Amino acid sequence: MTMAKEKTRLLRGGLQKVRTGIEGLDEITNGGLPKGRPTLVCGGAGSGKTLFGVEFLVRGATQYNEPGVFLSFEESAEELTKNVASLGFDLNRLTASKRLLVDYVHIERSEIEETGEYDLEGLFIRLGNAIDSIGAKRVVLDTIESLFAGLPNPSVLRAELRRLFGWLKKKGMTAIITGERGDNPLTRHGLEEYVSDCVILLDHRVVNQISTRRLRVVKYRGSIHGTNEFPFLIDERGLAVMPITSLGLKHTVTSQRISTGIPRLDSMLGGKGYFCGSSILVSGTAGTGKTSVAAHFVDAACRRGERSVFFAFEESPSQVIRNMRSIGIDLQQWMGKGLLHFHAERPTVYGLEAHLASMEKSINTFKPKVVIVDPVTNFSSVANEADVKAMLIRLLDQLKSNQTTTLFTTLTASGGSLELTEVGMSSIADTWLLLRDIEIGGERNRGLYILKSRGMAHSNQIREFLLTNKGVDLIDVYVGPSGVLTGSARISQESQERDIESIHQQEIERRKLNVETKRKALEAQIASLNAQFQAEEQELKKLTEQEKMRQNGVSKLREKIAGMRKEDENSGRRNR
Amino acid sequence: MKRKAAGGSGKNAKPKKDIWELRLYVAGQTPKSLAAFANLKKICEEHLKGKYHIEVIDLLKNPQLAQGDQILAIPTLVRNLPQPIKKIIGDLSNTLRVLVGLDVRPKM
Repeated sequence: MTMAKEKTRLLRGGLQKVRTGIEGLDEITNGGLPKGRPTLVCGGAGSGKTLFGVEFLVRGATQYNEPGVFLSFEESAEELTKNVASLGFDLNRLTASKRLLVDYVHIERSEIEETGEYDLEGLFIRLGNAIDSIGAKRVVLDTIESLFAGLPNPSVLRAELRRLFGWLKKKGMTAIITGERGDNPLTRHGLEEYVSDCVILLDHRVVNQISTRRLRVVKYRGSIHGTNEFPFLIDERGLAVMPITSLGLKHTVTSQRISTGIPRLDSMLGGKGYFCGSSILVSGTAGTGKTSVAAHFVDAACRRGERSVFFAFEESPSQVIRNMRSIGIDLQQWMGKGLLHFHAERPTVYGLEAHLASMEKSINTFKPKVVIVDPVTNFSSVANEADVKAMLIRLLDQLKSNQTTTLFTTLTASGGSLELTEVGMSSIADTWLLLRDIEIGGERNRGLYILKSRGMAHSNQIREFLLTNKGVDLIDVYVGPSGVLTGSARISQESQERDIESIHQQEIERRKLNVETKRKALEAQIASLNAQFQAEEQELKKLTEQEKMRQNGVSKLREKIAGMRKEDENSGRRNR
Repeated sequence: MKRKAAGGSGKNAKPKKDIWELRLYVAGQTPKSLAAFANLKKICEEHLKGKYHIEVIDLLKNPQLAQGDQILAIPTLVRNLPQPIKKIIGDLSNTLRVLVGLDVRPKM
């Protein structure tokens, strides 16, 4: 703990930094550029060097109260002002309020004749005067290498440049020196020899006809910095560097669930649907109904009154709406109510970073609860797999930290392994629904199963996926001795089964009847036997009674006879 | 240090078509600037006698002038007239180059 504290103290105390205000750059450099030192920004033509410098000054003047001097060797102040106006920078206003000073240093080689020893004291005086007049803290020299073309004696120039950078340091100026990218050294004239504190490389490369701007901190003396190449953008807000790794696995999760929009799918996912804030991957071959699953989800979200953004990279919004209407989902109404926002673009319009930025912008302005990206695989035409994955991770990290549920679809090439997504995105998906074709009996049917769903009980069953005019329906497939059957094969199998069933039923009925008759016969028999038995019993009763009567009669007779014989009591008793 | 020097009858002479207006930019009295002024004076006396006008501008005193006249190197000699504007940098020790730069035909 104490060691960690010590470390942070050391890190902070080591080098003072000046925030550039350029989006993302301060994160990569752990706080900005080295304070009071020159930084070299080099790159090829059109890589954004000048803009980098201008933004550094504009942000300094507007956000950090640090006025700046822009010494331009290439463009006049008017040209520069016009050029950066499209990025929302008003240099005239800043100049008028003495927070910015643009000085255009113009040298014409043809006008200059060298006639002996000289130095660049004039430039020093000029810059010093400019700095003092507005109390500047920041200086940009763009690009000082033009001097090499304008002045005849490079050795004098080199000595003077070394002196200039030393002088800037002494004056405590945080400076940016731009340099043209050379072939082997970083800059054409080896400026990196003089500016060794911090070197930033801007790159503008074209891959597959799509250009991407990249930024790399080549060197940062005395500081930790991100060493990766970071994509950056130039848009109407200026420069924005996107540190892909800046977000981390820090998002909190909820156990709240939201409906998928398909009741049967909800029940397959433990009866409640997706986790709120999770990422759902729907993969499948062409025409398996990926967009329909997505549309159901959007529809359900809008029904709950939640906002959704649908990023369509394959179809236009009206096409999606028309197609979804055919399965009974009316997305138009949600657009009308302002709950659904379509963001449709061809992936090839611009590079991945620009896409990411425009997507983030839509998300930030619309603040959706549900986001659909359909399909992400189309991006592979713009960039390679690893880049697409990196972009998605960044997008998902951002969405997850806002508790936004994201559903993205990927197209799997038929013939390949279905479980191998093209962009290798399975690892970043929390729930993975696989849609596939099942080809039986000369027809193709759709099947759906849940390949994985983190953190919830889910069905392991394959379901037949039906697109009806009332939306998606999931039904049990027939699994029998002849394998998995779907579509008409399933239906015929079912009817066959029904026939067999009815035969069985009839047989049972027949048996029942048999038993009934048997029972009746037996019952009749029992009844007759019973009657017989009762009759016999009756007879027996009669007989006993008769016997009783007879005996009664005998004793009475005997008494009568004894009375008549006058027998003594004893003999009578003895006889009894 | 603003010195004005006019050659010969230059002070009273009416501005003619071929008057040479020269400005020498220096920064303080460094050896280089002193040498430049001396060299310039010598060349003018030799080749442009009577039709030149030299103005010496010390940028340490008037730093804002560096911007207006696009001065980087010190010393710099600017030929304002005759047109077009010409700039010559250095201490003017190479006379031949100065003459080429000023577009003056050396007197034989």
